[in-house]
Amino acid sequence: MPDDPSGTASNGADTQWPLWEVFAQSAQGAPYQHAGSVHAVDAEGALQNARDVYSRRGEAIGIWVVPSQSITASKPEDTGPFFDPADDKVYRHPQFYKIPRGLKGL
Amino acid sequence: MAEVAAVSMDAVAEFCLRLGDDRLILGHRLSEWCGHGPILEEDIALANVALDLLGQANRALELAAEAEARGRSADDLAFFRETVQFRNIQLVELPRGDFAFTIARQFFFDAFSVHLMDALQQSTHAGVAELAAKAVKEERYHIRHSAEWMVKLGDGTEESRARLQSAVNELWRFTGEMFQGDRWDEEAGAAGIAPEAAGPAALKSKWDEVVNDVFARATLTRPADEFFVRGGRGGLHTEHLGHLLAEMQIVARSHPGAKW
Repeated sequence: MPDDPSGTASNGADTQWPLWEVFAQSAQGAPYQHAGSVHAVDAEGALQNARDVYSRRGEAIGIWVVPSQSITASKPEDTGPFFDPADDKVYRHPQFYKIPRGLKGL
Repeated sequence: MAEVAAVSMDAVAEFCLRLGDDRLILGHRLSEWCGHGPILEEDIALANVALDLLGQANRALELAAEAEARGRSADDLAFFRETVQFRNIQLVELPRGDFAFTIARQFFFDAFSVHLMDALQQSTHAGVAELAAKAVKEERYHIRHSAEWMVKLGDGTEESRARLQSAVNELWRFTGEMFQGDRWDEEAGAAGIAPEAAGPAALKSKWDEVVNDVFARATLTRPADEFFVRGGRGGLHTEHLGHLLAEMQIVARSHPGAKW
């Protein structure tokens, strides 16, 4: 356990435990959404820490924890080739359909 | 309600005072970790447990105040009693020590409290049963958290194991007080305030089961039962309680009746 409460060693390295990403569900049927992250040495510890940090005001009815290093993310330099090509394809939006009057809850 | 009416209100007050004082003092000890936890997440976890305990204490002291009917409030009981009037076991008043000591003490208490609250849901006293129904959920989380730490520290590094075993050895003689039982326990048992499963003998066997299981997983050695302290329930305390009360009570005593 680090003496320095910031968890940062004098050489600037992170001395804390591995990082886990937390996803929380706010209500039955609602999607799990990213809530934040916690440090923990194993899955049970991560689950408990996530519970203590992200559900203490009644925000969650379910929690997932995932090791941060298991997540593969796109890089900033991917933005152009990944996302810009979608910009001029308006026909992919379903706004060209006529919705019958009287249809509710769609 | 005939059964409840038959028991003296003294027994109800005494029973609730003990429930409340154990949790008030332990909650205060845990709150001392606020800002000093070994890691941010554990700092928050300990504060959460402390707040659960203070909530339980608040309700138990309200019930005690109602039962004694002397015009005192829960706050009066918490902040305007002297050391000898406190009914908590000595285990909960010991200084917080290092993290291993705090975890071992918490685990010993949680393993007792979770079964106590579970059993008290069947109390003939409606207020106690209601308190227990809420508290038992909190206690199930507390024991999960502290048992997990017992195993991590015990089955951890050489240093964490040594620190935890030494905390266990030091605390062992304070664990007997949870199960000693006296005439007040008998009276509470006879009246059904504390059903049989909440009596000292039943709790001890459940506590032993939890402790033995976790000790095995944590590779800890169970100390021999040699000498157990007693007296907390009767107002006999270590010198540490006075210091704790001085700090806990000073604001209420310096500004009586002050509102937040």
